[in-house]
Amino acid sequence: MMPEKNHGYWLDRPGNINIIVYVLYAICALLLSLDLFYHKHAFFSFEHWFGFYAWFGFLAYITIVMGAKLLRKIIRRDENYYD
Amino acid sequence: MISMLSHPAIISTLGGLLLSCLHSRPRKIVLLIIPVLGTCALLVIEPGQHFQWQVFGYQLILLRLDSLSFVFALIFQCALFIVALYAWHEEDRLQLASIFIYAGAATGAVLAGDLITLFVFWELTAIASAVLIWANKTARAARAGQRYFIMHVSSGLFLLAGSILHFQQTGSVAFDHLGTDTLAGGLIFIAFGIKCAFPLLHNWLQDAYPEASVVGTVALSVYTTKLAVYALARAYAGTEILIWIGAAMTVFPIFFAVIENNLRRVLSYSLNNQLGFMVVGVGVGTHMAINGTAAHAFAHILYKALLFMSMGAVLHRVGTIRASELGGLYKSMPWTAGFCIVGSLSISAFPLFSGFVSKSLVLTAVASEGYWLIWLVLLFASAGVLDHSGIKIPFFTFFAHDSGKRCAEAPFNMLLAMGITAALCLAIGVYPSFLYALLPYAVDFTPYTNTHVITQLQLLLFSALAFALLYRAGLYPAEIPALNLDFDWFYRKPGAYLAKQIAALAATGEKNFLSALKKVLFVTAARLHRHHGPQGILAKTWLTGSMVLWVAFLLGAYLIFYYLY
Repeated sequence: MMPEKNHGYWLDRPGNINIIVYVLYAICALLLSLDLFYHKHAFFSFEHWFGFYAWFGFLAYITIVMGAKLLRKIIRRDENYYD
Repeated sequence: MISMLSHPAIISTLGGLLLSCLHSRPRKIVLLIIPVLGTCALLVIEPGQHFQWQVFGYQLILLRLDSLSFVFALIFQCALFIVALYAWHEEDRLQLASIFIYAGAATGAVLAGDLITLFVFWELTAIASAVLIWANKTARAARAGQRYFIMHVSSGLFLLAGSILHFQQTGSVAFDHLGTDTLAGGLIFIAFGIKCAFPLLHNWLQDAYPEASVVGTVALSVYTTKLAVYALARAYAGTEILIWIGAAMTVFPIFFAVIENNLRRVLSYSLNNQLGFMVVGVGVGTHMAINGTAAHAFAHILYKALLFMSMGAVLHRVGTIRASELGGLYKSMPWTAGFCIVGSLSISAFPLFSGFVSKSLVLTAVASEGYWLIWLVLLFASAGVLDHSGIKIPFFTFFAHDSGKRCAEAPFNMLLAMGITAALCLAIGVYPSFLYALLPYAVDFTPYTNTHVITQLQLLLFSALAFALLYRAGLYPAEIPALNLDFDWFYRKPGAYLAKQIAALAATGEKNFLSALKKVLFVTAARLHRHHGPQGILAKTWLTGSMVLWVAFLLGAYLIFYYLY
């Protein structure tokens, strides 16, 4: 075991976590607005919908996580269930 | 015969045997030389068919090097170098030898030009890889290894049965396109499907990989399943059902990965999901799709090995890989954390990382054939990949809630192996033409277009946004020590119960049968004893007088009969 050094880790300060999250919001807003400025090469018509990839990704993610939470209710067992 | 030593599979396999008899110091050098020799051999050998033997009327081709087998054999040998470096500190010679024999067998199977050679190497991969699971030396690993072994030996039996049937029908054992139209083709399809972890045949993967040793799991993640992908691409390219099987494979594991606590099991579900993209590519079967499958297999072997190496390093240092007990480890293992993040960015297919240039080939191939539903499914699964491998793995290990665990950084050889792999992931992402030059067919595809970069970033960062919102709202499922049931419950609980009942029934039947048999034997023996035993009437010694009397009686009776008739 190494002695704990007081590094004062940047990530340990809650305010800095907020900075990361706000940067993420800003990047997302920027990416979404980019859809107005370039010609999209697409295979399917629905790809041309405004921000299709953005909201598809967002909704897919929420569906997956919430679906998994529901699944956990059914399939969760004790760690030593099979032993 | 001596020229056989230039066969890459023979180099790795014999190298493995050699390692098992070397002392620590020379072993650490030979360990790294063998994969280099194997790779060189592969680069020097002329494309075509070599080592053709006629055995009992079968035409065996031990080495077929063409554009498809080359790319798989090459990455198998390169990965062996990485695994060897990662396992450099390992003193367990059985494990080291198994890794090399396993890698050699997988390379041999990829280079096999006929079904018999394929079968031999196919089974050898099963045996050598099972040793890596048992090498962990826990009771759980022993049982998981048994289940793994049964599945893989059965896969080999399906392959053997299919091959025999195929030979009877066609008179050839050549390993080329088979298709699922014949029974032989169907049997071999199942064999490949088991090894490729098709849905409902997949549990051996999530069951066994997390139980294997630290270095064993890295080797396992490279070979078995990608060998199956290669075999499918060789024999079943363009088989439409594979598109649906592959799409299902990309989706269902992501739900399990979200709630799984053992991070090596999370990666196993993730591996299963990545295989789905490759299987879809095989199903589509166009040149672009097969290129996509090969490219994705190549890139995937590297980033998946990288992720398993980083989790292995954590397990090696901390002694646990449960997400519920980890967190904040970036303070102790900053390099491992960094390499893990490179693996995460690669598997999530961020621009400039390898997954971006390989997965897009598959997705574009699917879209250009007009499979819009499959395409949406793959896009959905891509958001799932970002969750379990992109965010969950690095976040809950190295960041999130600080577990207070402090340890040393990973050993230098592990860091070096991870560093080289991370560099390769980045190099492929930045210079995709390197990877594209290795693919089976000419590539006419530019991954870095405005549309592709922006849409991919939108998909990924809005998924990340969803994570941030859910996590801060406390809605993201907590990491809790628990086990999640999967399809294997059916054979591990009711199946095992049924088997026990049948065994008990058979035991009772056997007991009843034996006791009945015993009764019959006793009765027979008692009768025999009565008549032939020491007191038995038939066993008595007879007096000469009584015999003469009886002879006289018989003669008298004969005389009387003679006069009467």
